[in-house]
Amino acid sequence: MQVDEATVRRIARLARIKITDEEAKGLRQELNGILDWVEQLSEVDTGNVEPMTRVVAQDLKKREDVVTDGEMAADIVANAPLAEDNFFVVPKVVE
Amino acid sequence: MSAAAKTQVKPEKSKNLVRGATGDWEVVIGMEVHAQVASNSKLFSGSSTAFGAEPNSHVSLVDAAMPGMLPVINEECVKQAIRTGLGLKAKINRRSVFDRKNYFYPDLPQGYQISQYKQPVVGEGEVEIDIDGEAKRVGIERLHLEQDAGKSIHDQSPEYSYVDLNRSGVALMEIVSKPDMRSAKEAQAYVTKLRTIMRYLGTCDGDMEKGNLRADVNVSVRRPGDELGTRCEIKNVNSIRFIGQAIEVEARRQIEIIEEGGTIDQETRLFDSVKGETRSMRSKEEAHDYRYFPDPDLLPLEFSQAYVDDLKQHLPELPDEKRARFMKEYGLSAYDAGVLVAERESADFFEAVFDFAPPGKPGALAKGRDGKLAANWVINELFGRLNKEGKDVATSPVSAKQLGGLVGLITDGTISGKIAKDLFEILWTEGGDPAAIVEARGMKQVTDMGAIEKAVDEIIAANPDKVEQAKAKPNMLGWFTGQVLKASGGKANPAAVNELLKRKLGI
Repeated sequence: MQVDEATVRRIARLARIKITDEEAKGLRQELNGILDWVEQLSEVDTGNVEPMTRVVAQDLKKREDVVTDGEMAADIVANAPLAEDNFFVVPKVVE
Repeated sequence: MSAAAKTQVKPEKSKNLVRGATGDWEVVIGMEVHAQVASNSKLFSGSSTAFGAEPNSHVSLVDAAMPGMLPVINEECVKQAIRTGLGLKAKINRRSVFDRKNYFYPDLPQGYQISQYKQPVVGEGEVEIDIDGEAKRVGIERLHLEQDAGKSIHDQSPEYSYVDLNRSGVALMEIVSKPDMRSAKEAQAYVTKLRTIMRYLGTCDGDMEKGNLRADVNVSVRRPGDELGTRCEIKNVNSIRFIGQAIEVEARRQIEIIEEGGTIDQETRLFDSVKGETRSMRSKEEAHDYRYFPDPDLLPLEFSQAYVDDLKQHLPELPDEKRARFMKEYGLSAYDAGVLVAERESADFFEAVFDFAPPGKPGALAKGRDGKLAANWVINELFGRLNKEGKDVATSPVSAKQLGGLVGLITDGTISGKIAKDLFEILWTEGGDPAAIVEARGMKQVTDMGAIEKAVDEIIAANPDKVEQAKAKPNMLGWFTGQVLKASGGKANPAAVNELLKRKLGI
């Protein structure tokens, strides 16, 4: 599998990363290198192998339905570049 | 939705067709309902789900997606999803997987929503709706668990949006239907029924004003019998009335475009309830690319059949079963039973009416014998009054016990139906024990035949002309009955009066 430059630019845009045309060229090479390497893994026949989801046998950890957290609005917005009345304030987004 | 959209569906009966300029059209509707799971804390964190809190006060470091935070699932939310699945007679998947749905928006701090994509916790099921007395089944495609996003407020400033993450991470059940609905009415009946089922189960409060039940509505139109047309998705419609309106205007819009030779673009639209129109929401270049992949922070969700069976055993009686039982046990009509079971509180109230006196005690009600009468009093008198005064069952001034007492007094012949209405008024405004009120205020039906006979004789003696007429026209009897009842202050037993009158008038 190979990606072209348009795909690289699309991936960058979806990730909200701004790249120059020059960078797109370089990234394309890098990405294709990675994809080539991953492609090698496809040579192994895994038809009868369950996808591995855990290294040691364990179940999904679960919580009880009790309120144990929150009530720290000031801390939550402490790192925000802009906040007002404990709201995050962000550049206007309108659909 | 896309897989379901390809399913072939039978052409619809003509009554549901919409007339266009060039012939009839069939409207095809499928829905994705987002129902907030009733739980104390969020799906993957320990912060509260309570509505209406101060901004960002119900937010943990997990909900705010601080680096290094890990989600831990709330088991109650899993149980609620399974219970809902069981209520929808659906397949429960004992192994399901959480995926990341990636997109950027300021009220989604993780940059992805934890959702379920290829392996949802609940598979296919069905919901039965009632359309003008006819049952119709709407297929359920799937139900999955996912996180809600935060809330953006856009109208506080011209330059900025304000973000509150209190809702961020609250558990939602997304319930996807098959494209089985053919009219706005059916779509409304479907959402209403879903809401009723979930409220019975206690899995979702279904309070649309608080946004804990929202629907994305997929609408397409086609010529009857044709392949499915291109659909548009109307996002986030938050009332049952708006769901109906949105479908009507969207179907009309699509029909007009096609009839004028245009084609429908598959897109996401927004319903503007003020203007009564739908509008395109996102441009095509912003086409969704969510790049789903299994969330590496979460193991697959697995549980045993015994776990499911245990939940199933503790499910309450659901509306369809309750309705069938009400018809059988109480002899109610399908309509009355349907009205009573629409809300669990109403059904419980109705049944409590029968509990006021144990069987065998004076005035005790028999389900089969008195069901219809009791239903009448609950639905027409009580609910009618509650509606008029903006109250509900929970705030009713008349309790089930009082209403049971009143109905008991009618069935054992102590009071007439007419006096019962006066008694109801007293119970509503003053309260008190029905039997004691009747006793104290002399409201008892007169069963003393001597007294009734006296009243009958007086009326007959005073109206010789009417007596002549009645002999020729027996339905004049009603006039006499009315007069006697009036003279007795409504306390004479109408059947006894009729009997006597017939004898005395010789008809």
